[in-house]
Amino acid sequence: MERDGTKGLTRRDFMKKSAAGLAGVGLASLSMDALFQGNSSMAAQAPSLSLKLEKDPVIRLLRWSGFVKSDEQIWNANTKKWEEATGGKVITEYLSWEDVRAKAAMEASVGAGHDIVLGWFDDPHLYPNKLVDVTDVATYLGKKYGGWYPVCEMYGKDAKTNRWIALPIGSAGICINYRVSWVKEAGYDKVPDDIGGFIKCCQALKAKGHPTGFALGHAVGDANTWTHWWLWSFGGKAVEKDGKTICINSKETLQALDACRELYESMIPGVGSWLDPHNNKAFLSGQISLTANGNSIFYASMKKFPEINKDLMTMNFPVGPVGHPTELSLFSLAFIFKHTPVPNAAKDFLRFMFEKPQYATWESGTWGYVTQTLKAYYDLPAWKKDSRITPYRNCMERMLWNGYAGPLGPASAAAMSEYVIVDMFADVCVMGKTPKAAALSAERKLKRFYR
Amino acid sequence: MHHKSSVTEGQTAGWGRYWGKASIVMQQRGVVGVLFTAPVGIILLLLLAYPFVLGIWLSFTDTIIGRTGTFIGLENYLYLFFDDVFLLTTFNTLLYTIAAVFFKLVFGFGLAVVLNRDFKAKGLVRAIVLLPWIVPTALSTIVFWWIFDTQFSCITWLLMKMGIISSQIDFLGDPNNARASVIAVNVWRGIPFFTIGLMAGLQTINQSLYEAADIDGASPWVKFRRITLPLIMPLLAVITTFSIIWTFADFHLIWIMTRGGPANATHIYGTLSYQRAIPGGHLGEGAAISIFIFPILLICVLLTAKYLRRED
Repeated sequence: MERDGTKGLTRRDFMKKSAAGLAGVGLASLSMDALFQGNSSMAAQAPSLSLKLEKDPVIRLLRWSGFVKSDEQIWNANTKKWEEATGGKVITEYLSWEDVRAKAAMEASVGAGHDIVLGWFDDPHLYPNKLVDVTDVATYLGKKYGGWYPVCEMYGKDAKTNRWIALPIGSAGICINYRVSWVKEAGYDKVPDDIGGFIKCCQALKAKGHPTGFALGHAVGDANTWTHWWLWSFGGKAVEKDGKTICINSKETLQALDACRELYESMIPGVGSWLDPHNNKAFLSGQISLTANGNSIFYASMKKFPEINKDLMTMNFPVGPVGHPTELSLFSLAFIFKHTPVPNAAKDFLRFMFEKPQYATWESGTWGYVTQTLKAYYDLPAWKKDSRITPYRNCMERMLWNGYAGPLGPASAAAMSEYVIVDMFADVCVMGKTPKAAALSAERKLKRFYR
Repeated sequence: MHHKSSVTEGQTAGWGRYWGKASIVMQQRGVVGVLFTAPVGIILLLLLAYPFVLGIWLSFTDTIIGRTGTFIGLENYLYLFFDDVFLLTTFNTLLYTIAAVFFKLVFGFGLAVVLNRDFKAKGLVRAIVLLPWIVPTALSTIVFWWIFDTQFSCITWLLMKMGIISSQIDFLGDPNNARASVIAVNVWRGIPFFTIGLMAGLQTINQSLYEAADIDGASPWVKFRRITLPLIMPLLAVITTFSIIWTFADFHLIWIMTRGGPANATHIYGTLSYQRAIPGGHLGEGAAISIFIFPILLICVLLTAKYLRRED
């Protein structure tokens, strides 16, 4: 409720400012009072953004290749629509999602290459000075589509300047996926949404011969997301808000590690070796009853495994002792390099892709693979296409950022790339270390990155 | 007309003088040598020396992706000596190299001796032996990644069907199993290099030496020990050195199969360096790790050079 109040104020501020601007240009004869008094149609009018496009702009765009087939098709179709509307051209290059960071970083270093990049997590915060300020587009989109989720502001804005340096395009949301019939067999109607009940349910599943499976190898997506959720849900975290005080070696972390050992007992052997594709394969072949994943299990089962699709259910991650959701999804942002010769065209292209006709088609065609970053898209009909994709629309609201509670930047990026949190859990579960030793080892690594 | 031709003559004479000097210079072997090797020299300088020197420089800085670093002396190196992950990686790298090269040498040499004999379809068999070396590592490693998959391993499946084991083998999830698995794949890929290299050497050994030994009543083992081994030794040293270099600096095999997991049990210098420098963004530290590969390789190169000289 409080947020709504703030939003109203912001809109009024905006109106005042734009009105002041208009007055300056020569409409001073209209008194400010007259402009606002009872002028509801004016207030409801959609915000506008006018960008003067460069002549015959050619935009080179680098993005991650789609996880679901329809993603690229729809993205390309939307791109074509922009080309037809503006006469510009967009050359889109698709790259395996884990390689985008390296390529974008290289381009940032040498100051040449693509104009727009769709990167991941803290990428923009590694080279904030090399990026075009997109505050105008972000403000416009935010006003038009109900505002950005708090975590999106965290990722999109440079903390030092409070300016937007990237537009959060969406996240590959992560939810718990489980087999309904096996959960019933284990004595549950549905999987409990608190951590205590969740662990018991997982153990009951294992007792019935249906183990669970969570990646504990160096899986960039699947291992990082669930281990961060688990740590945070017990109140553990890597670093304090100041970005200097390392607090991983805490009572809460030790509790999280102890509890994770119980969860590990319910898992199938081999999770220590799991990379990103493993849990999908194990789930779709009926070897595991429950895992955490994006919508790719749903999508693949819909296309190829109808029996599993019928028995599949999804839900948001259970809440731990900390009392509020603490999730981590794969977060993607679009940013524009300062070396681009066509900054306005690049901005306008991104704006266009965020507008409802394009974004809604993208959501719908990918079956919600990309979780919305603008609040208005929560109500898109795409989320109601199937009850199993509906929970994914909550992911942004329930998400924290990697490196929580510290700032985003080189340290948070390095800590996640080094799998500090994943390895801490693997140390305890797979390697048999004590929670204390694992937390100490993680603390040493984090101190190095956050020095 | 007359005036013009005299100018031409004068110019020709001038060129001739230059050419005369140039040809004297060119006749000195050193100068011609330098000229002819210059293209290669420039390529080496640009593509090898420059990145190498840049790598060394980076290792002395705190460069992070997107930010030019400042000189910090040996700080990266000093930190690495107290870094658990780096120390574990050092152990892994040494274990990986020593174990893999040892088995490649033993199996490769054995296979070379066997294949060097005369038998039917030996051409075909020799060609087949080369296969693991020919198949791109990225592809063969993905196949092994499946073979060693905990849930879908064909080895596990076979052993379970035969009733030898009752539960899945955790090939890549258990630290020691994972180490053994990646070493096994490296051995599989590297054997042909030893076999083919050594077979070429075996064929150059004069058969009359063996005949003479037969007349003296030498056993096969004595023939191997006293004739084959000493004569093949220089070649063996060179092949082993090359293998050490490649194994020590390996990357894609590990990256595809485990990414250094579980809990860093299979990280080697190449993978850790990449992980820290590129996804992790710490270029300086990544460079410092890759510099650790250098001294070992330098020792190997010096040893090879020594053996090659002895051969002369």
